[in-house]
Amino acid sequence: MTDSLGAKLHRRGTMAIPNTIAAAAALFCFAGILLPQIQNEADDGQWTMAAKNPASTRYSALSQITTANAKNLKLAWTFSTGLTKGHEAAPLVVNNTMYIVTPWPNILYALDLTNPGATKWTYSPHPSASSQGTACCDVVNRGAVYYKGKIFYNTLDNYTVAVDATTGKQVWKTLMGDINKGESMTMAPIVAGGKVIVGNSGGEFGVHGWMAGLETETGKITWRAYATGPDSQVLIGPDFKPFYAKDRGKDLGVKTWQGDQWKIGGGSGWSWISYDPDLDLIYYGTSNPGPWNADMRPGDNKWTCTLFARKPETGQAVWAYQINPHDNHDYDGVNENILLDLTIHGQVRKVLAHPDRNGRMYLMDRTTGEVLSAEAFAYVNTSDSVDLKTGRLHETDAKKTGFKTVRDICPAPPGGKDWQPSSFSPRTGLIYIPHNNLCAEMSGTPANYIAGTPYVGSDVRMYPGPGGNRGALTAWDPVAAKPVWSVKEMFPAWSGTVVTAGDVVFYGTMDGWFKALDAHNGNLLWKFKVGSGVIGQPISYKGPDGKQYVAVLAGVGGWSGAIVSGGLNAADGTAALGFVNAMADLPKYTTTGGMLYVFSLP
Amino acid sequence: MSSRYLRVAGVFFSLLGVACQREERDLRPAPTRLAMPGPAARESLLQPGGPQETLTPVNPAEGNGYAISEGQRLFNAYNCSGCHSHGGGGIGPPLIKDVWIYGNDPAVLFDTIVKGRPNGMPSWGGRLPEYEIWQIVAYIRSLNNLEPKSVTPTRSDSIEQNSHTLTPPPEPKPQ
Repeated sequence: MTDSLGAKLHRRGTMAIPNTIAAAAALFCFAGILLPQIQNEADDGQWTMAAKNPASTRYSALSQITTANAKNLKLAWTFSTGLTKGHEAAPLVVNNTMYIVTPWPNILYALDLTNPGATKWTYSPHPSASSQGTACCDVVNRGAVYYKGKIFYNTLDNYTVAVDATTGKQVWKTLMGDINKGESMTMAPIVAGGKVIVGNSGGEFGVHGWMAGLETETGKITWRAYATGPDSQVLIGPDFKPFYAKDRGKDLGVKTWQGDQWKIGGGSGWSWISYDPDLDLIYYGTSNPGPWNADMRPGDNKWTCTLFARKPETGQAVWAYQINPHDNHDYDGVNENILLDLTIHGQVRKVLAHPDRNGRMYLMDRTTGEVLSAEAFAYVNTSDSVDLKTGRLHETDAKKTGFKTVRDICPAPPGGKDWQPSSFSPRTGLIYIPHNNLCAEMSGTPANYIAGTPYVGSDVRMYPGPGGNRGALTAWDPVAAKPVWSVKEMFPAWSGTVVTAGDVVFYGTMDGWFKALDAHNGNLLWKFKVGSGVIGQPISYKGPDGKQYVAVLAGVGGWSGAIVSGGLNAADGTAALGFVNAMADLPKYTTTGGMLYVFSLP
Repeated sequence: MSSRYLRVAGVFFSLLGVACQREERDLRPAPTRLAMPGPAARESLLQPGGPQETLTPVNPAEGNGYAISEGQRLFNAYNCSGCHSHGGGGIGPPLIKDVWIYGNDPAVLFDTIVKGRPNGMPSWGGRLPEYEIWQIVAYIRSLNNLEPKSVTPTRSDSIEQNSHTLTPPPEPKPQ
């Protein structure tokens, strides 16, 4: 934590500096300490967006539940969705109403918190059943966002919808993509700069990836920024200032591809999005390039696997940093970016923390895109470091894939961590990362592009990483760039996390345990066996009675749980893009079934 | 030649013809005859008024080694493996299984591919020649041990299963 002002000045040896400069320096340091840190947002006990706040801390300031009393947590009420696919959404809580988005058919339930289990209304968008054929990784949906009386979310068949939060009536519905191009939508939108920000899925279908901003009142598309193509399509203009030379140049979204391959190059926008209202920048990363077989697409393949900072009103890019050029492991760039103001080497820096698929925690200056550190939070052999001067990832040649067979690739395609979001506690200063420990073997095959069908060209088998556990919950110190403690899990820790002011971290496991850990040391405080594996995002809110509640959706599925939600056959280890090889025992531990669980102290 | 030799020769050559059906190769298939959605195959055992005589198309690729080998090639080339992997499933359901949603008769499989199915199976009608669809149908049936062993591929074209990587490892077979 921060030094006393006097100690700081003494260490800096400012005694010799003229008084006026010393005074200015003192004022600067003082202001730095006093300026509200972006991670310390006011908390009214509601949950209006999946990531809790635009900084994406997933931190609840409620402190009724503590490390001392968490062992007394009891089930308060439940609600069944009646669906058997993967439930990934974060519930929202606004004005004593809870909003749940289900997997396909993407029903929106408004639940009355003053009358547990009762629904106020239901909104059914009736997405096309055929759209289930374009979802790479189960027909999931990661949730909605509330803004000025409306709930916004995406349907699998490419509609962004706005629903009146009080009446449940549809306000508008905008078609954003085409299933016959292999597009679908699963991501949770955010609202920034008066725009609903949404992106497509389909990196496994050779889509032309994009992120778009729609008017909240009308659903009119204001801007759409593609991930590949000329600068005019990527919305790169005169304001664009990438930090590293490797990311500078005109029309790199065309030049780093061969011929027209960028048009089916992926870079989809199924991303987590954060927003800094002072800098007026949204931050998100693009997906993997298509096809997975990298030998089919020579070049750096910009701007796939790239972190973008854009203006939310216009979509114009301010900076970009390509994390994995010419990706050959399916290391999508879509994971969360937690915005933090941290003291690093004695200076307060506006940073973002991005735990990437490639297994590294990127700490970056969110004003400029400079990488400050990129240390591994999982076992990594596909790269050995990131050159902080050039920004280049130093890949391990022996683990590069293409038209050949490569074994023991770590991390496997789902990465050190997939979409499952981490959280940050301003009290402990730690990031709580739910993640994977998986390696894989990959063999490239020729991929044929047929619009609307998978465009992959890779046979994969995954298996546990070193140690045998397939997942873990790790507490990470972003400043020291080191893990502090880690709890191993039998299966990948595929749920989200929430951390509270009571110093409790909540997450769920794929074999159906919803757990509370002590945020300081990882000690297990409490656990509850829910009806199906958990891949949802837990939240914590203040109920109408003033009590603190914790809620999570159970219902296994997703890419990792496909063997159960899809009834897959483990005789073929390549099933579910190789995940089945690593999860053949999951059916012994869990069946399907979507259910909301809400817990509180008695 | 004496008539006796001719008769023996005739019997000999006709026997050869019967035994080589599995080795036959149609050298002039009709590539332009595309399979179009049309009259349906029955998919229900419920037939109001009692069961009726049904004319079911015969799979010309049934029991044919070359056709099933082609089916394996086309299964990958047309991205069937993109959704169904090598029989285990993924985006789509497995194709190695006991319980089939719509049935696994050749005519029903043919229909599934041509018409598509409501929950995500694309409709390939109008895109693929009929003879190729029959080859893929025969390959799918071979995955389920519904074709003679002599014409069933012994492994997929993909990276071979290393059983030591399957998690958990398969139970050792009783001796």
